[in-house]
Amino acid sequence: MDLPSAAPLPEIEPAQAAEVMIGFIRSQMEQTGFSRLVIGLSGGVDSATVAFLAARAIGPENLLAVRMPYRTSSEASQTDALRVVTALGCQTELIDITPMVDPMLAVMEEGEGAELNVRRGNVMARQRMIVLYDRSAQFDALVVGTSNKTESLLGYGTLHGDMAAALAPIGDLYKTQLRAVARELGVPDEVVAKPPSADLWPGQTDEGELGRSYESLDRALFALVDRRWTVDRCVAAGLERDLVEWVASRVARMEFKRQLPPVAKLSLRTPGIDHLYPRRRPGSRR
Amino acid sequence: MEYRIALAQTAPRLGDIDANLSVASDAVRRAAVEGAALTVLPELALTGYLLQDLVPDVAMRADDPRLRALANDAPGMLVAAGFVEETDDHRYCNSAVLVRDGEVIGIHRKVYLPTYGLFDEGRYTRPGDRIRTHDAGAPVGRIGLSVCEDFWHASLPMLQALDGASLLVNLAAGPSRAPGGSAGLAAIAGWHKMQDTYALLGTVPIAFCNRVGNEEGLTFWGGSRLIAADGSTVVQAPLWEEALVFGSIDTDDLRIQRYGLPLLADERLELVRRELDRIIRERAGIDGAEWPE
Repeated sequence: MDLPSAAPLPEIEPAQAAEVMIGFIRSQMEQTGFSRLVIGLSGGVDSATVAFLAARAIGPENLLAVRMPYRTSSEASQTDALRVVTALGCQTELIDITPMVDPMLAVMEEGEGAELNVRRGNVMARQRMIVLYDRSAQFDALVVGTSNKTESLLGYGTLHGDMAAALAPIGDLYKTQLRAVARELGVPDEVVAKPPSADLWPGQTDEGELGRSYESLDRALFALVDRRWTVDRCVAAGLERDLVEWVASRVARMEFKRQLPPVAKLSLRTPGIDHLYPRRRPGSRR
Repeated sequence: MEYRIALAQTAPRLGDIDANLSVASDAVRRAAVEGAALTVLPELALTGYLLQDLVPDVAMRADDPRLRALANDAPGMLVAAGFVEETDDHRYCNSAVLVRDGEVIGIHRKVYLPTYGLFDEGRYTRPGDRIRTHDAGAPVGRIGLSVCEDFWHASLPMLQALDGASLLVNLAAGPSRAPGGSAGLAAIAGWHKMQDTYALLGTVPIAFCNRVGNEEGLTFWGGSRLIAADGSTVVQAPLWEEALVFGSIDTDDLRIQRYGLPLLADERLELVRRELDRIIRERAGIDGAEWPE
């Protein structure tokens, strides 16, 4: 299908964007007082890109890439993750989450089909978070996040799972922009070119699960979010109404995943309402 | 007469006044070695930008000895720097100070506080209510100070030019709105275009000093510049990186420029005031003007 040029993909200057993200990571390290990062490396393009950015920012010796397959994870993902580790020369560790996840799955008797798949996927994502935060304490590091803007806006991630992180270098980068940045950084072609997958069950792909291509999702998101277009204007520009309405509704429904929970205000100064500080200030550096 | 200006494109540390004072005095010392008559530091150079509720913690009075000491390492040099000012009646302002030899020559309180998009300044600081120029004597003459967003309102630099400014000095903390792509570069080009235009229309040189570095998720873009009264670029600092750049202004150029292009002298101030008065009355619905229109 010819996608409309009137509703374009978001553009990116890969080299410039990479420099900004590298500067951001360095500044976060400096401001927090940490010098190391730990990342969950899946073999996909998102975590590979963040690993490359992190290695450029702080040196590969200060990056610990943790590979955390479940027994159903694909072999190809593990091969690709190793490719990234080899290309970077960073530290790495392999931790099979199967013996941690299976006892939990065994007590999840109710539910079936897609819903059960999502629940199982959430357990895996949260187990990986537990491993990463443990390793971050052991390695004296911050957990660097790998969520991109497309996922974040669509809420396609597990709260307190893969979304848990101390900093989010690619959180303002759409999936289609990310590939250009990955190529610029030298992420191996095999990793950049393959279909994106959360790899939570065999044969799963993001685009299969979301039911839309990243290209059409990003066109709709860019129009709705960055350009503040109405649904009607998106449709007039040639985007399919079903797609745009689905995206708009999903962005609204998933708002809760992008914010801290609301606090019931009782006092004169309430965190998040009228007790507002930058995360890092004198005294907050460890 | 020619004089040199130093633009100190620093990366202030958020909330850390001591560290920022040390960076400022280092820049002033290096500028003194290069014979600068004026050193310009960015907006909120002494405090950092995204202060939120840190504002009262880092605020200083205009007569704070730390401000007066800014130029102590460089006798005779003018130093302009941004800080959070607490006024006598406890207004907290985003201010620029101009000091020399331990004396405060002028203060400008940011008039336009952006509170939209990625900006939230109006929540934490209060706007200034004066647009003035300050006589710094030879060779620089009268200086019109402003802070960042002030420059997006053409009336402010034009008033300062009409008030006799022989140099406009804008201190900025400009975070890039889209540093990942061409939209961000276009915004930077817009800033530079606007400065060129003011220099040309005001027949006045402009010193623009913008910070760099990161705060939270923001990246500040730098690109500090000195622009001559004919709108040409004298010197430009790099984008994104810390820098100390120097450029010269020749006051004889200004004489010749203003003879050849007497825009300021030709300005119809009475006419402008009459029309402004009318617009103000009409907007407010005074004197029988229709409302709403």
